[in-house]
Amino acid sequence: MSIVTVFTEFTNGQLKKGALELLTAARSSGNKVQAIALGSGAGRIADQLAQYGVDEAFLGDNAAFDDYNPEIFAAAVAQILEAQKPAIALASSTMLGRDLFPRVAARLKTGVASDCTELTISGDGVQARRPMYAGKCTAAVVFENSPVKMVLMRPNQLPAGTPEGKKNVVVHQVPTPTLDLKTLVKQIVKGASEKLDLTEANVIVAGGRGMRDAASFKLLHDLAEVIGATVGASRAVVDAGWVPHGMQVGQTGKTVAPTLYIACGISGAIQHLAGMSGSKVIVAINKDASAPIFQKATYGLVGDVFEVLPLLTAEFKKLLH
Amino acid sequence: MKVFVCIKQVPDTETKIKIRADGNGIDATGIKWVMNPYDEFAVEEAIKMKESGTASAVTAVGLGPKARVSEALRTALAMGADDAIVIDATEDMDSYATAKALAAAIKAEGDGKFILTGKLAIDDNQAAVSQMIAEFLGLPHATVVSKLEYGDNQVTAEREVEGGTREIVQLTLPAVVGANKGLNAPRYASLPGIMKAKKKQIKEIALSALDSNAGELRVKFQDYQLPPEKPPVKVIQGDAAQTAAQLVKLLREEAKVI
Ligand SMILES: Cc1cc2nc3c(=O)[nH]c(=O)nc-3n(C[C@H](O)[C@H](O)[C@H](O)COP(=O)(O)OP(=O)(O)OC[C@H]3O[C@@H](n4cnc5c(N)ncnc54)[C@H](O)[C@@H]3O)c2cc1C
Repeated sequence: MSIVTVFTEFTNGQLKKGALELLTAARSSGNKVQAIALGSGAGRIADQLAQYGVDEAFLGDNAAFDDYNPEIFAAAVAQILEAQKPAIALASSTMLGRDLFPRVAARLKTGVASDCTELTISGDGVQARRPMYAGKCTAAVVFENSPVKMVLMRPNQLPAGTPEGKKNVVVHQVPTPTLDLKTLVKQIVKGASEKLDLTEANVIVAGGRGMRDAASFKLLHDLAEVIGATVGASRAVVDAGWVPHGMQVGQTGKTVAPTLYIACGISGAIQHLAGMSGSKVIVAINKDASAPIFQKATYGLVGDVFEVLPLLTAEFKKLLH
Repeated sequence: MKVFVCIKQVPDTETKIKIRADGNGIDATGIKWVMNPYDEFAVEEAIKMKESGTASAVTAVGLGPKARVSEALRTALAMGADDAIVIDATEDMDSYATAKALAAAIKAEGDGKFILTGKLAIDDNQAAVSQMIAEFLGLPHATVVSKLEYGDNQVTAEREVEGGTREIVQLTLPAVVGANKGLNAPRYASLPGIMKAKKKQIKEIALSALDSNAGELRVKFQDYQLPPEKPPVKVIQGDAAQTAAQLVKLLREEAKVI
């Protein structure tokens, strides 16, 4: 039996959905499953890890891990992987996972594939696929010379199973690495949004130039509020200064893969499609029936966003509340 | 302080991608190659550092088939880099082998203090080379950086993370930084810049000259496939109120996503 080690992100005492998806894939492979969780409160998720089939947990319930410092995280994770020698290491392709794992991979002289959208584990082998060239095609990942095959999965791609009957989990404390640090985290400035980040969001409402001005984004926030969505934007409105760059979806913004993407007043330029064509269901609301977004959409609504959006929000409210 | 900027050439975003007959890569014929958009921010930053006196010289470093990669390096030279290095390698180098070769080439120059890259390349979207270079050289790194301030033997970087949150980190130099949009506004190469670039030197290094395992890959991308055809869009007809109601019904009952 091989070992699969999952780097699990958590927030407010709960594993993130991406972590549940990875644990589900790991436990269904029949391998021994290990989890790494770093940060204050990691101890409190031990039960949840057990519920998701984790045999052994490495928990750094320690404020030294609260802010992400690549040097500290890389040292801690590399040390665990070097000692445990898993065949496979999994993490979510989040800001943290994408920053950390290439550094750990280089240290372990092993391969890493980020941004994967398909994953099957059989024995000590992985079959993974990932989008290439901004989603214009996909390719299979083939590991060579890699003692640990590192796969970073986009959230929302794999099914998250349900908790199983409680099982025992062996807990190891992760010591804080003692390092001569060259990286200091000086300050974390929290964003205005308490919502899930676009890259993790299950539902996204996005606005483009058709929204006319910054103030009209309120229509999108109102809809998002009702259906529990995160608000995104096209580059045109970011460049116009209506919204910050963190909200941009597309080739030079974020790549998103929600279950539902509602594009409002977005024409569907190829660079925008590059960031969202992996969405399961795409709704386009645009007054121009020939807008390219309709070629990618599942449902198309030819109409004026200023008329349609308030009605849509009201309809959802009726249904959901 | 000498600054190195790592540059990748990628297919232009409008380029139509065709899969190679063997399925293990893309057909390069007819592709228009451009400098990776994020690398433009890195080049601009390096040149600004030189203009403000923070940097003494700027060297652009690229890796890949030398004839075409040299074009991207010429662009960097035309923007204002002082000289360039091209590591001649095949198309299919992975992040690991690329970072290893870039790190070795930069190390051989001896006097590097600051290394800039893009936060990711838009072709394979791996976002790995910057951090790997840092690891191979034993340096601190920061990726997705949209603001930099230079101090005495250190640099302060602002990185944009999830949910609009910003992290402010201080790196002791030498260090590696991956540039994000917002760091600056990349300039266009001016005509005099283009003329001057023709006289600037591009040093060639063979991959094998860097180390004997330099081309050893860890990850290959194979079995390329086009995404499955999407079924045609379902257009919802009617007045605004009808369409809104119908859309909600379809999302609930047919797509089952709400
Ligand atoms: C290198 C490069 C990288 C890029 N990266 C990105 C990226 O990451 N993300 C991105 O989004 N773009 C990116 N772009 C820009 C992209 O090419 C487009 O310019 C941009 O996406 C257009 O934004 P938009 O759809 O909001 O605006 P427009 O193209 O102007 O479309 C506005 C749409 O709104 C519709 N509309 C107007 N009024 C209404 C109304 N009242 N009701 C309903 N519909 C209405 C119009 O019919 C139109 O279709 C990039 C471009 C380049 C060259």
